[in-house]
Amino acid sequence: MSFMDETIASLHTKIKNKDVKVSELTENTYQKIRDVDDSVQAFLTLDEERAMEKARALDEQVDQGSEQPLFGIPAGIKDNILTAGLKTTCASQLLDNFEPVQDATVMERLNEQNIVTVGKLNMDEFAMGSSNENSGYYSTKNPWATDRVPGGSSGGSAAAVAAGEVPFALGSDTGGSIRQPASFCGVVGLKPTYGRVSRFGLVAFASSLDQIGPLTRTVEDNAYVLQEIAGHDPHDSTSVDVDVPDYLSALEGNINGMRIAVPKEFMEEGVEAGVKEQIQSAIRTLESLGASCEEVSLPNANYAVAAYYLLASSEASANLARFDGIRYGVRKGDGDLMDVYKKSRSEGFGDEVKRRIMLGTFALSSGYYDAYYKKAQKVRTLIREDFNHVLHSYDVILGPTAPTTAFKIGEQKDDPLTMYLNDVLTIPVNLSGNPSVSVPCGFSNGLPVGMQLIGKPFEERILYRVAHAYEQETGHYKEKPLL
Amino acid sequence: MTEVSREQVEHVADLARLTFTEEEMKTFAKHMGEIITYAERLNELNTEDVEPTTHVMGVRNVLREDDARPSLDREDVLKNAPASKDGQIEVPSVLD
Repeated sequence: MSFMDETIASLHTKIKNKDVKVSELTENTYQKIRDVDDSVQAFLTLDEERAMEKARALDEQVDQGSEQPLFGIPAGIKDNILTAGLKTTCASQLLDNFEPVQDATVMERLNEQNIVTVGKLNMDEFAMGSSNENSGYYSTKNPWATDRVPGGSSGGSAAAVAAGEVPFALGSDTGGSIRQPASFCGVVGLKPTYGRVSRFGLVAFASSLDQIGPLTRTVEDNAYVLQEIAGHDPHDSTSVDVDVPDYLSALEGNINGMRIAVPKEFMEEGVEAGVKEQIQSAIRTLESLGASCEEVSLPNANYAVAAYYLLASSEASANLARFDGIRYGVRKGDGDLMDVYKKSRSEGFGDEVKRRIMLGTFALSSGYYDAYYKKAQKVRTLIREDFNHVLHSYDVILGPTAPTTAFKIGEQKDDPLTMYLNDVLTIPVNLSGNPSVSVPCGFSNGLPVGMQLIGKPFEERILYRVAHAYEQETGHYKEKPLL
Repeated sequence: MTEVSREQVEHVADLARLTFTEEEMKTFAKHMGEIITYAERLNELNTEDVEPTTHVMGVRNVLREDDARPSLDREDVLKNAPASKDGQIEVPSVLD
């Protein structure tokens, strides 16, 4: 059985009807990982023994569990989400030996639904990067072309789903880290509204921007996962106490009369011709389904990357202060306390992490706070207002997820600023807090292109509705990489 | 182009508890200068009467009852400590 030809719903039916045992499904997953992960390198840690044990226990509970849609479904988890008793490194050498004693809230919820966690997925170290090349271990490869990057930072999550290693994965998105790799790998990736999903147990990068979300092959699969992880958590004071609607019922297939806005700033010169073509063709498809598409403007969007790098780096410099070799992680140095701090951090962190800590420390240091951090927070308000203004008159905003398709490994590694511009179309949405999904919308030179849909806060339902209608009309999800 | 000097890099590195080689210091000064210059384009925008955003959904002052609740097990927590002794995390001496 191949996950390429299954959905969460079809797997659920097979489990429920006892056509397949959870233990067989789990074994099958590890076989697939053994077959393809040498070339994809999506996983950092596998948890085969415990997963098989859990799967065999679930075999005995199929009758009781059959109402749970994720019962027995195998999953891969990004390595910055805490999993009790399973190594969680954030792809950093500094946390090479870190084994959490508790689960993140999302893991608690998914475990209550009886998923089977098969392992932890590669990423850019501490979620800082757009190519997976900043992993402290190895670079994940794009399943569509293994000499290319899978995107980042949730590159392992996107590649594992695209390669058919798991039906779903969790990622995290601070500036595009779910959507951009979803776009590069041809899968569906959702960044929920800020506050929709608990961040408790997600190793913090930039607390005011981070959100956990699902990566899946289809929109329906995505809705199944969001349904279980969404909701208020008293352990995360930034999570918002808003009712969780039924996401599955949004997939009605009808988008007649839907008003879609296309910001002209999202189709400007930085966007590759091949990407633009696919987006324009997607617009025509949506129009043929009864939606109307009009050009709008987000005048402050072009300032988003600059504001983001000040805010995210500043928050990171504070959040990553806890990694000092004292309470957890790898301790280096044998002199005084300062020696331990400096050696543990300097030897444990990679270059990009250090670069952002340095930038953030600089932006927050005496005399610069108002000029940089506070200024960026004010620009953030202007960007939010842009989105509010457009979404007052339209149901969704549409554009490319990333300006290009997957680039070659090594191509942008030495130029941080060019690398940052990969996220020029996703970053504004982290700053504004709106929900946003990337959906496969065809290919350019054989590489997947992603279409980004952005909605009003807490209206993930509308994103799913449009994405699902488009996906069912075009069937791009049926295309498979040759591995 | 905003220049970031080697001395500034050294000062910030010290605040961030990081050390760099002379070569790395030069590279960081260059990259930080470029990124700061890029970030300074924000000054093109007039934000005089704009309120800064902290929580995008406007959530603020989330309080809870100050009740005692179970915490993590001490033995479990110490498993991740690089060094521990008598139920506590061991560190180099803080005071001379």
